[in-house]
Amino acid sequence: MEFAELIKTPRVDGVILHRPFMPTVEGTLCLTGHHLILSSRQDNAEELWLLHSNIDSIEKRFVGSLGSIIVKCKDLRVIQLDIPGMEECFNIASSVEALSTLDILSLMYPFFYRPMFEVIEDGWNSFLPEDAFKDLETMTDEWRLSDVNKDCTVCPSYPPLVAVPKDVDDDTLRKVATFRHSGRFPVLSYYHKKNGMVMMRAGQPLTGTNGRRCKEDEKLINATLRPGKRGYIIDTRTINLAQQAKARGGGFESEANYPQWRRIHKAIERSNILQESLIKLVEACNDQSHSMDRWLSKLEASNWQTHVKEILTTACLAAQCIDREGASVLVHGTEGTDSTLQVTSLAQIILDPACRTIRGFQGLVEREWLQAGHPFHHRCAQSAFSNSKPRQEAPVFLLFLDCVWQILRQFPCSFEFSESFLVLVFDHAYASQFGTFLGNSTAERAKLSLPEKTVSLWSWVNRPQELERLTNPLYEANSLVIWPSVAPQSLLLWEGVFLRWNRSSKCLDEAYEEMVHIIEYNKELQNKVNSLRRQLAQLETEDPLLQTLE
Amino acid sequence: CEHVEQVRLLDRFSNKFTNGTLYLTATHLIFVESSSNNSTSILHHHIASVEKLSLTTTGCPLVIQCRNFRLVHFVVQRERDCHDIYSSLLRLLRPVSYQELYAFSYNPKQNDQQREEGWQIIDLGAEFERMGVPCDQWQLTNVNRDYKVCETYPRDLYVPITASKPIIVGSSKFRSKGRFPVLTYFYQEKKAAVCRCSQPLSGFSARCLEDESMLQAISKANHNSRFVYVMDTRPKLNALANRAAGKGYENEDNYSNIRFQFVGIENIHVMRTSLQKLLEVIGTRSLSMSDHLVGLESCGWLRHIKAVIDAAIFLSKAVTVEGASVLVHCSDGWDRTSQVCSLGALLMDPYYRTIKGFMVLIEKDWISFGHKFADRCDQLDGDPKEVSPIFTQFLEGVWQLTEQFPQAFEFSEWFLLQIHEHVHSCQYGNFLGNNQRQREDLRMRERTHSLWAYLMSEKQNYLNPFYSLAYSETHPVLEPSTLPYHFKFWRNMYHQFDRSMHPRQSILKTVLTLRENSREAEGTLQALENVSLYTLMIYEGPMEQSLDVHAAPPTRCDPHSLQLQHPPATSRFPHSWGAYKPQRSAAAGGGGRAGGGGRGGGGGGGGGGRGGHREHRHGEESGGEQWQREQEAELRRAGRDTQQRVGQRGASCCQPGVWSGAHDLLRPNRGIVGY
Repeated sequence: MEFAELIKTPRVDGVILHRPFMPTVEGTLCLTGHHLILSSRQDNAEELWLLHSNIDSIEKRFVGSLGSIIVKCKDLRVIQLDIPGMEECFNIASSVEALSTLDILSLMYPFFYRPMFEVIEDGWNSFLPEDAFKDLETMTDEWRLSDVNKDCTVCPSYPPLVAVPKDVDDDTLRKVATFRHSGRFPVLSYYHKKNGMVMMRAGQPLTGTNGRRCKEDEKLINATLRPGKRGYIIDTRTINLAQQAKARGGGFESEANYPQWRRIHKAIERSNILQESLIKLVEACNDQSHSMDRWLSKLEASNWQTHVKEILTTACLAAQCIDREGASVLVHGTEGTDSTLQVTSLAQIILDPACRTIRGFQGLVEREWLQAGHPFHHRCAQSAFSNSKPRQEAPVFLLFLDCVWQILRQFPCSFEFSESFLVLVFDHAYASQFGTFLGNSTAERAKLSLPEKTVSLWSWVNRPQELERLTNPLYEANSLVIWPSVAPQSLLLWEGVFLRWNRSSKCLDEAYEEMVHIIEYNKELQNKVNSLRRQLAQLETEDPLLQTLE
Repeated sequence: CEHVEQVRLLDRFSNKFTNGTLYLTATHLIFVESSSNNSTSILHHHIASVEKLSLTTTGCPLVIQCRNFRLVHFVVQRERDCHDIYSSLLRLLRPVSYQELYAFSYNPKQNDQQREEGWQIIDLGAEFERMGVPCDQWQLTNVNRDYKVCETYPRDLYVPITASKPIIVGSSKFRSKGRFPVLTYFYQEKKAAVCRCSQPLSGFSARCLEDESMLQAISKANHNSRFVYVMDTRPKLNALANRAAGKGYENEDNYSNIRFQFVGIENIHVMRTSLQKLLEVIGTRSLSMSDHLVGLESCGWLRHIKAVIDAAIFLSKAVTVEGASVLVHCSDGWDRTSQVCSLGALLMDPYYRTIKGFMVLIEKDWISFGHKFADRCDQLDGDPKEVSPIFTQFLEGVWQLTEQFPQAFEFSEWFLLQIHEHVHSCQYGNFLGNNQRQREDLRMRERTHSLWAYLMSEKQNYLNPFYSLAYSETHPVLEPSTLPYHFKFWRNMYHQFDRSMHPRQSILKTVLTLRENSREAEGTLQALENVSLYTLMIYEGPMEQSLDVHAAPPTRCDPHSLQLQHPPATSRFPHSWGAYKPQRSAAAGGGGRAGGGGRGGGGGGGGGGRGGHREHRHGEESGGEQWQREQEAELRRAGRDTQQRVGQRGASCCQPGVWSGAHDLLRPNRGIVGY
C-alpha cells in the first residue's frame, strides 16, 4: 500500500494554527505518510511536526467557506487548524483520519525513521534478561534462568528467558503454565537484597468452579519460602471479582491448597474502567467553566485519583510485606499483564534505589512492562479523545507513571530523573519515532524484527545531552526504602500531563530554571573551593618555608 | 506549674503514640516525650477548644483543637489528673480582659528603645507617600484625629481634595458605623484610586446628598475615567435583605457616574461554617479519595477563596487596565472589603509582594482599617458568632497566588504560616483588639512588642529562593488564571502539624540550604584565594616579604584576618575569582521534531512542603500512614499472628539528610587553612 493513496491533498497554503497559550502561526500545511507539518517558512518561526500516530481524534467545523479541523492528540494536546477552502479542509481531515487510524504495525513510523543522532549504546541490547540475571547471581544462587519459553509457546506473552526457582525444572514449569491464565506461570519479579525476600508475578490460577488444583504450582511457589515462613499472595481484584472469575475458569489460591500463603485482595480496577476514568478526567481538565464546584465534582466523578491511591496503596502493601514482614510475595490479578505489573513495578520504585535512577527506571520499564508482556499496542492504541468504542485500550501504564510522579513529588531529592522524563516516557508509549513500545510482547517484537529495523527509545535517551535534560538537579542518591503517603491530601493531580496544554507553564518553568541555576552555582563554587584547596595543599608540600612554619 | 506523668500523645491519623509528661505553665501546655525529650508546646491562646472524652481502658482522652489547625489527642492515665488539666485549661483559655493576654507578659529581652524601634518599622504615612499621596487630587484629612467621625478608622485618612469636612461628616452619617469612603490605594500610573467604606444606610429609598458628593469627588479626582466602580462584595441577595434594616447599597439613579457591581463573597457566618466542614472532612481517618474531593466541594472553602480572588482580579483590572477608580464595600467594610482591597493591591503593586511591603499591606488594610481581629480570632471570651477565618482566607488567597507565580513573591509560604501563627498567638500587640483606637487605649506600643520587628529579625527564614526582581519589573501587575484547577487545597496550612501528610523531602528547604551553602562557600573561596596569593608570595616573592611573615606568623590563622592583612593587588593565581557570577545553563533543548520530546512543564518550582521549620517536621519518620493502617487491618483479617509487630516502623525511613554533606565540603580535610 502506498501512503500517497491516502493523501488526498498533500499541501494547503494559508493555514492558521491555534494552540492555547501560544501565538497563532500562519503557514503551509503538508501531509506526509507519517506527519502533519505546518511551516510558516520563515526563519526562526516554529514549525509543527505532528505524528499521525499521535492523533487520537479529529473534528471538522465549517463556518462559511472556512473550515477548521480540531486535532486532539494522544499526548492530550488539542490544536485547531483553520483551512481555507471547504474541499481542502474536507480532504485534509479525511486523509489525516485515514493515516492516523492505520493499524498496520509494519507501516508505523519507527520502521521508516532513521536516527539523526549518533547511537552510543544500542538500547535494544541494554536490558537483556540474561544481563539482569547476572546481577541476581551475585546476590543469590537460589534462582535459575529457564529457556522453557524459548519459542514463546509455553507462554506467548513472556520473554524466552525467565528467572524461576532453581529446584523447579522445565517440565514442572510447563505443567504450571497450563494452570495459570495465558500460561503466565509464577516468575521472579524482584529480589530484595536486604533480606533475600522475593516478589513474583503470575496470571490467575485456573481453579474454575470445581476447585482444580495443581501440585506443581504449589511446589513452585512454595520453593521460594524459607522454612517455617509464610508468604503473601496479593490478588489485585476484590474477593467478589475473584470469586466471579471462577465461573470463567479462573480463580484464586485457596487456603486449603496453599496453607503457607496468606491471600490479600485489593481493588485495582480493570482496564475498561480505567479508560473511562481517563476520558472523564481529561474532559474535566479541558472544561473551561470557572465553577469550582463543577471542577471538583468532575474530578471526583472521574475517579482517577481514586485509582492512583488504590494502586499506590497496593504497591506499598507489597513492599511492606517484603521489607517489613520479611515475607515473599506473589502478585497477580486476572491476566497478570496490567494491575499486576503496576504493583510489582511500583513496589520496586519504593524498595530499590536503583529503580530511581534514569537507567534503572529504563530497566524497570523493560523488565516489568515490555518483557513482562504488557500489551502496549492494545492499551495505547487510543488515549482520552477516542470517539470509537473502547476495545482494549486503557491507561494502565499512564497510571503507573502517575504513581511514580506522586512518589517523586514526595521524595523530590531521591530520584535521578525529573518529571520531564516521566512525561517523555508517557509521550513515547502512545506515539513515537522509536520502536520500543510497539507490539504487545517480546515475541511480537521479535517477529517484527523491531530490534533490527527500528531504533530504541533508550538509544536516544542514553546520550549525554538528553540525560542532562532529564536529570533531576536535586538528586542525591538515597539508599533507603521510601514510603509514600497515600492520604488523599497528599496525592495531587499530575498537572505536568493533564494540564500540560491547558495552562501557561512559563512562570513554573522559569522558577524551575532558577532552581537549577542555584544548584549549579553551588556545585561550581564547591568545586572551585576544593580545587583551590588541593592546589594549596600541593604548594604546602612543595614549599620548605611553609613547612618550617608548621 | 502543674504536671502529669504517664500521658500518651496519640497520632491523629495512625495508631502510633508516644508516652511522656504533660506540663501546664501559665502560658503553655507542654508535652515532653519520655524517650527522646522532644517536646510539643501549645500556647494557651492557640487552643480553640478542649474536650474530655469518656474514659477508655488506657485512660481518659483529652482532645485539644488549636486555632493553628493543630489537633492533639492525649490520653491521661488517671481520670482525676485529666479533669484537673481540663478544668485548668478551660479557665485559661477564656481570658476576659486584654491584660491577661500573653503579649502583656511576653518579654523578648529588649529595652524600651528597641521596643519602640520595633513599632516604628511600619509607617503608614510613608506608605501613602510612596504611593504618591498627598497629591493634587488627594489630601490628608484631620477630621478623624480624635476618632470622632469614625472610631473604627485610623486617625489619618486620605480623601479627595474636593471633599469638604461637611461632605465627609454627612457621608459618614449615611454609612454603617460611620465608615465613609476613604482612600486605601493609589495607582499612580493612572491616577486611579481604590477607596473603601461600609454600606450606605439607604434602606429602600433614603439618599444622602453629601454621600453622593463624596462619590462624585472620588470620581472627579480621576481624570482618566468618567465613572467610578462601586463594588459591593456581597451577594446581591444579602444586600437586598439589608435594605429592610435600613441599610443596603447604592442606587445608581442617585449617584452620577457610578458603575455598580455585586461580587458575591459570602458573609462571616458562611465562611466559619465552611471552614468547620473542611476541617471535619480532612480530619477524618482513613479518608477515601472520593470523600476527600466530595468534601472539598461541599464545604465550599475553595469556592469562597476563588470568589475573593475573582473580586481582587476585578478590582485590579478596573484600576490598571481601565484606569478607573473603585470604591469597595461590603456591610461594615472590615471583612470582605479588607480581603478584596488588600489582595487587589497585591496584584497591582510588586512592593506588597516583598516581605516589608506585605507587612505594610496588612498594617494598612487590616490592622489600621479596623478588621476586628479580637472578635474574628476569638482573642477574648466573646460571641462565638463573631469568630470567622476572614484573615486566614486572605493568607490563603496570597498562597494560591504564590503557587501561580513562584517568582513574584519575596517571601515563601513559611512567612504566611508564621503570620497566621501569631495572629492567633496574642504574643505580640499588633493584632490585639479590634481597631486602632482600642490599641491606643491599651497603650499597646508601650506595653507589648511588635511582631514585625521579630519577623524582620528572622527575615532569612522566610525568603523565597525563587524570587526574582526582574520578574516583578517585567510583571508589575499579576494576572492570575481563575480556572478552578489553579485553586488547591493548602495542605501546609491545614495539616501543618500532621507530619505524615507532607512530602518527606522539601524542595524549598533544600534550595534554601543550598543558597546558604553557596554564601558560605563564597566566603571560603575569597579566603582561600587570599591564602593562595599569600602562599605564592612566600613561594616566589622576595626575602623581605617572607621576613614580614615571620614577624606576624599568619599560618593556621583565620583566613579572614589574612584577607585584611594582605589585600591582593593583582591576582597571580590562574583563575580570577573577583567577580564570580553563576552561569546560567542553556535552556533545555526542544524535543525531537517527530512529536517526541517536549518538556513536562517543570512542576519542580514553588511546590514542596515545609522543612524542619520551627519544629522537626520532616524528621526520620516514615510516611504512608494511611495505607499502613488499612493494611494492618487487612493483614489481621488475613489471619496472621497478631503478635508480630505490625506497623512498628521506626527509623528506617526516610529523610536522607540530603545536603548535610555539603557542609563538610567547606571544611578542609587537610592543609593550610584551618578554621
